[in-house]
Amino acid sequence: MLPGFKLTLGFTVFYLGLIVLIPLAAVFLKTSSLTWNEFWQTVTMPTAIASYRITFGASLLAALVNAVFGLIVAWVLVRYEFFGKKIVDALVDLPFALPTAVAGITLASLYSSKGWLGQWLEPLGIKVANTQIGIFIALTFIGLPFIVRTVQPILEDLDPELEEAASSLGANRWQVFWRVIFPMLTPALLTGFALAFARALGEYGSVIFIAGGIPMKTQITPVVIMQELDMFEYGKATAIAVVMLVASFVLLLTINVLQWWTNRYNTNNLA
Amino acid sequence: MKSFLKIMLASALAVSANAKEIKLLNISYDPTRELYTEYNAAFAKYWKGKTGDEVTINQSHGGSGKQAQAVINGLEADVVTLALAYDIDAVSKQAHLLPADWQNRLPNNSTPYTSTIVFLVRKGNPKGIKDWDDVVKADVKVVAPNPKTSGGARWAYLAAYAYALDKNNHADAAAREFIKQLYKNVPVLDTGARGSTVTFAKNGIGDVLLAWENEAHLALKEFGTNDFEIITPSLSILAEPPVALVDKNAKRHHTTEVATEYLKYLYSDEGQEIAAKNYYRPRTEAIAQKYANNFTDLKLVTLESQFGSWANAQKTHFADGGVFDQIYQK
Repeated sequence: MLPGFKLTLGFTVFYLGLIVLIPLAAVFLKTSSLTWNEFWQTVTMPTAIASYRITFGASLLAALVNAVFGLIVAWVLVRYEFFGKKIVDALVDLPFALPTAVAGITLASLYSSKGWLGQWLEPLGIKVANTQIGIFIALTFIGLPFIVRTVQPILEDLDPELEEAASSLGANRWQVFWRVIFPMLTPALLTGFALAFARALGEYGSVIFIAGGIPMKTQITPVVIMQELDMFEYGKATAIAVVMLVASFVLLLTINVLQWWTNRYNTNNLA
Repeated sequence: MKSFLKIMLASALAVSANAKEIKLLNISYDPTRELYTEYNAAFAKYWKGKTGDEVTINQSHGGSGKQAQAVINGLEADVVTLALAYDIDAVSKQAHLLPADWQNRLPNNSTPYTSTIVFLVRKGNPKGIKDWDDVVKADVKVVAPNPKTSGGARWAYLAAYAYALDKNNHADAAAREFIKQLYKNVPVLDTGARGSTVTFAKNGIGDVLLAWENEAHLALKEFGTNDFEIITPSLSILAEPPVALVDKNAKRHHTTEVATEYLKYLYSDEGQEIAAKNYYRPRTEAIAQKYANNFTDLKLVTLESQFGSWANAQKTHFADGGVFDQIYQK
């Protein structure tokens, strides 16, 4: 064991407790002001159920799309030299840096029927602003950097000799990608996916301006929580938050287990 | 140099001995920004003339419910001036910062000015919207904020409901059908009144915006009379945005006297005139006459006459599973 283990572990527990666990405990505590019956009625309201479906569905879809396209972006940024690469690289972080409300207002005006993009899409029968597509686009926008930034360093460390060895043994380009590169990227890709997914679940600012907020159709769970808060129903607000928390935690745990499993699988195979 | 400093110090002490510097925090809702900027300057001048004390009033604006929550959670407001009594009731009920009967302490239900809900339509009124009946027509798109998250939206909902009650001899079922038709026409429910104004005016969504009267006039000022016009319906709700002293905070800050006077002065001729100039309907008859051009006559009904009380309206219409929720659930 490394020296200082006890100290650093103690620090970790203290820090996580202060920053993460105490606020979480407060959420659960506040929820306990409801009876079991009230809790169940609140979290199974039709508007709440619909909002889970919209929030989890759009977040999952956005994270999946980002996993594919974020990987391509990272690949291009690592493997190729081209004019303006530094600028493209910096652009990837923009969704991180931009205040989410600014992003939301920008997206909403871009995709509105008068907007730069919306005016071309609308005649084609594609409505983005104030539909579920709008929610998906906003969540894709904020999720992109998570995939690129987690995959990029792994790609940079990838030894080209492995690919050369595979080629010299007769593997074609697809085989090299699927059998050699992809398995090594999987853990990082899963991490990026989990981060993008988790971020999308809780996203508020960038989504509300483009979502439309119609109950049962385009209302995300954070807005349902907001509604309860605005009616001073703190217990009910935290009850819905607890559902989000538990569901997210289970999903993230699953992804972590999956990642741990692929990691072990890779190490065993390479060894 | 030394003597200069001495003089400075002496004069500073002299000033502080005679005139106090007082700070007040007014927690308000979104559309009152311009009103209170003007009123604060006027009150500071009045207070200085009366007592010699300098008073600086800081104002904060946001969604009415969120502002109330901030005060409940410890924001040290001396006075609250919010969109609806329900939000100040919550400050009293949840945080016990002022007594439950706060609304009886000042004249007119503690609302020195009133407002109502009107329509903002696009120039030339292409859909020919004249009254609430036109708003619920199938081909009309309406922009309004979410009544669960916006005070103005609650007033708008109640205005439409009151119109439907009036038209249908107070038959509740017919009014519910009317309100259902109305919200079926709403493609975007923003969380606040300002959000809806942006959706309607900037993003070009919808044929009509249900707006606070003063917010509609503000939109005309901001976006120009070339693009929009205001339509006043035949009947609307008398929206009463109340004001209240936050007793416990003011007591702790030793500002009870000045904060009370700050609210009372809203009822003075000068206060009423500033309200009228900012398109809030004044309570004083003489001032209302003077600014009659700012306001179109219409039948205004009170919340109490149609819905009993805020607690009642909240429970029947806006609480989970209420009439508003039922619109969206088959």
